[in-house]
Amino acid sequence: MSSEPVLLANIAKTDSHRLDVYQAGGGYRGLRRVLKEMKPRDVVEMVKSSGLRGRGGAGFPTGMKWSFLPENHPGPVYFCVNADESEPGTFVNRVQMELDPHQVLEGVILSCYATRATTAYIYIRYEYPLCRRRMQAAIDDCYAAGYLGNNILDSGFSLDVFIHVGAGAYICGEETGLLESLEGRRAWPRIKPPFPAVEGLFRKPTVVNNVETLACVKQIVDRGVAWFRSMGTPPEPGNPRDPGSFGPKLFGLSGHVHRPGCYEAPLGITVRQLVDQFGGGVRHGRRPKAAVLGGLSTGIVTEPEFDTPLDFSAPLAVGCLGLGTGCVVVLDETYPMIDFLHNSCRFFAHESCGQCTPCREGTRWALEMLERIKANRGRLRDLDLLLEIGDSIGITPGTTICGLADGAAWPIKTTIRKFRGELEEYIRRTNPQGYDALEPAEALTATEQTPANRSTS
Amino acid sequence: MSGTTITGGLLDAELRRQIGALLPLFPTRQAAVLPALHLIDGRLGHVPPAAVVELAQLLGLAPARVQDTLSFYGFFKQDKPRGKHRIWVCRSISCAVCGGEPLLTHLCQRLGIQPGATTTDGQVSLEFAECLGACDMAPAVLIDDTLHGNMTKEKIDEVLEEIVRGKT
Repeated sequence: MSSEPVLLANIAKTDSHRLDVYQAGGGYRGLRRVLKEMKPRDVVEMVKSSGLRGRGGAGFPTGMKWSFLPENHPGPVYFCVNADESEPGTFVNRVQMELDPHQVLEGVILSCYATRATTAYIYIRYEYPLCRRRMQAAIDDCYAAGYLGNNILDSGFSLDVFIHVGAGAYICGEETGLLESLEGRRAWPRIKPPFPAVEGLFRKPTVVNNVETLACVKQIVDRGVAWFRSMGTPPEPGNPRDPGSFGPKLFGLSGHVHRPGCYEAPLGITVRQLVDQFGGGVRHGRRPKAAVLGGLSTGIVTEPEFDTPLDFSAPLAVGCLGLGTGCVVVLDETYPMIDFLHNSCRFFAHESCGQCTPCREGTRWALEMLERIKANRGRLRDLDLLLEIGDSIGITPGTTICGLADGAAWPIKTTIRKFRGELEEYIRRTNPQGYDALEPAEALTATEQTPANRSTS
Repeated sequence: MSGTTITGGLLDAELRRQIGALLPLFPTRQAAVLPALHLIDGRLGHVPPAAVVELAQLLGLAPARVQDTLSFYGFFKQDKPRGKHRIWVCRSISCAVCGGEPLLTHLCQRLGIQPGATTTDGQVSLEFAECLGACDMAPAVLIDDTLHGNMTKEKIDEVLEEIVRGKT
């Protein structure tokens, strides 16, 4: 909490997106030094020993991901920047690309140097037009300044960076879905292995990293491994599989709080600290009821669970999928959990890519049940059925190719397990005649024709 | 739609040049499909089946390869051009808890259309969006290339007025 922002240090400045402002704050000095003094392998080792873990949701160690690239591959090696930030509740990459595109880009150039990639594609979602403009302007300025193109700063290293624009599909944020989309196909995630590092974009070795991860790489290069490891949560003693949670993190805070926004803090601050100290607490003098812990996919925590540290392992202990994107959405005491559940199921049913049957059918079925419950035809039994769907779809039971279904399941599972009383009360109250029926008294024949659930695609 | 009635097809010389300029960016022609669809959609306001065939010919691909990609992304419409302006109203969780859905309902009533439709004067297309990534300014609305945050019925009415008067 006490540390000064680093990832967000530049954005407070006027015209923070401009090259001259970025350079005045020391920008690209790290790149100059690295190209002169360090070998690509040294940068990989540096990132490895920093303990940096991917900020996009899965938390995979970045240096390790890079080291999976085959040695002495004839190339080309491709680098992809995952800027398809679409996880509900998440907006920190948008803030970074709009207000500090050069920090991201310096991270891209450094990471491409480390991985010997000579082409980088930045996959930006369509819904981020300002990010697109700012990143493109930053790229153009870098070509003019000699930070991109052939023989960068006389180092012999060459790199081209292109922006690729998405078309409104959440699944493109899944790294192999992103690769398929980049290749011009429907964004159906690939079966792994082979992992992208071995066979990725255009069947060549490929690294896919998140925007915030790359900004961290730039800061590690500038400030060193010891600085990075001075923040966060060390590995759990006696657990060889826990690499710890080091470094600063951007936390997006939204929902029913006084001051929603993008905040920087060391990994390991608690939900409560984020909500109270950064967000100024819940608005309208109300109490919090629950919060989405780290993007919708990770599930929810109850108010008593707000003391959970936001690091890569603590969320697991309260039943969440993981840290996710670290973006917290606060729900106050007046917000009905049935509405949360419906909103979540609607999102995932809309965004399931349709490739795997359990996900395509399961998310749709869950949504239809929620719509029936909200149309006063719910049964207590539906909650068990929803849990059964939740336990049956995803990588965790092993029935789908990618983790989208796990992301759909966790909000269902955490909400029903943590708020069963409230949900049962809702069903009893809205369907006093049929709440304990075994079969729905009246089948849901047509989707409720409200504007918000009508499909536009 | 005037300006698109080019003899010999929907893709005029300028569009063909722009699409051709994409090819050096990728090692395969298929990879140019998505950016090319964006170019066509930007010009024509939609991507009719005839444009799919023309694009496929230009790229040397089977039309089915282009259509397969297009149909995956809900973004591209094929039946008729969208309105002059496109409004997306976020309905995902942060916006939903901050009043996004009443905002969408208000816009439906005001414009007299449902999400997915275009006003009869061709001015505005209305859609819902899944998370616009603007949760810190919920409820959020994306109008063409501009994000509008902390929206209220009054504020969105003002923005609409400006659009109609041609200021935005």
